[in-house]
Amino acid sequence: MIIYGVYIVSKSGGLIFNLDNNVPRIEHEKSFTYPLDIVLDYDSKKVTVAFNKKESINVGHVLVSVNGILVNGATLADGRNVKTVLEAEENYPVNLKFARPKMTTNEKIFLASMFYPLFAIASQLSPEPKSSGIELLESDTFTLHCFQTLTGVKFIVVSEVGLGSMDMLLRKIYELYADYVLKNPFYSLEMPIRCELFDSKLQTLLEIIEKTGFNNLDK
Amino acid sequence: MTVFNLYIFDKFGTLLYYTEWNRTKKSGMTKEEEAKLTYGMLYSIKSFVAKISPHDPREGFLYYKTNRYALHYLETPSGLKFVLNTDTAALNVKELLQLMYAKVWVEYVVRDPLWTPGTPVTSELFQTKLDEFIKQSSIFGLRSI
Repeated sequence: MIIYGVYIVSKSGGLIFNLDNNVPRIEHEKSFTYPLDIVLDYDSKKVTVAFNKKESINVGHVLVSVNGILVNGATLADGRNVKTVLEAEENYPVNLKFARPKMTTNEKIFLASMFYPLFAIASQLSPEPKSSGIELLESDTFTLHCFQTLTGVKFIVVSEVGLGSMDMLLRKIYELYADYVLKNPFYSLEMPIRCELFDSKLQTLLEIIEKTGFNNLDK
Repeated sequence: MTVFNLYIFDKFGTLLYYTEWNRTKKSGMTKEEEAKLTYGMLYSIKSFVAKISPHDPREGFLYYKTNRYALHYLETPSGLKFVLNTDTAALNVKELLQLMYAKVWVEYVVRDPLWTPGTPVTSELFQTKLDEFIKQSSIFGLRSI
């Protein structure tokens, strides 16, 4: 039972808490000869694979290092331009390391605010009256479970696919939120949650669930 | 209840076909507006799923559920999108959609010389065959409590 992440979105749609848990780091290094057989897309922020996936290097992966030298945006750590290095034949064979891009905090905030209208539209487009928003969203690589409290706070858990209902876990997180965040006198509503006790309690809860499932869930 | 409604979009977001069976709530907007909203939502979900996914996605988004209905999504490599709303208890809807694509869409729309690709489907034969196909499926008669 793998839980990839926990997100808490406030009533107004802002990300107020996020915890990454067990997110796999997907990295692959491979030696390439001239000419390069994968198509790269050179951007000022990153170099990504645009076409022709090879073994585990997929479209969308970002170039991390060239011959062990880290890539910083469009330049190498030693100041050379990635594109010029990769287009010069004398630099081959070359070792390239690719990785699936990791979400930055900014991207997470962006995604959280994106989920908010999705949730609302799902309830508006319902063919049946009195529908809630998205409670469960499944893709082939993960399942997202969402629980909205009566006050509009959303608890979102991203887990591996094929797990049953996460209701227990979501309610448990709500309980922790009510106990350790709302009762914290230094916490102001709608603001990011920075409560150490909440962090540690949530971490423990996730550990228990990953090891033994929901059966051994106690207070 | 059962199967509610079905949208078919092409890769540009044009609504090619819409039909409904047991829909009890209208969204209060025109069909075109509703289709645009649905397509926009699915487009956002697709990019949301691609970003939040911890592994490399293959098919990406499959379905979502609320407490009243489930929206099932099938996208072909050519960008054709089938969106079927059912009750939350329906099983194997993805297989049903794939079968519908192969047995009904390809047979009665793609092989229809009078249909111009990229325009809404008006063929009566397709409409009756689709209706038959959905009504015969196991999820149509299903009644959840």
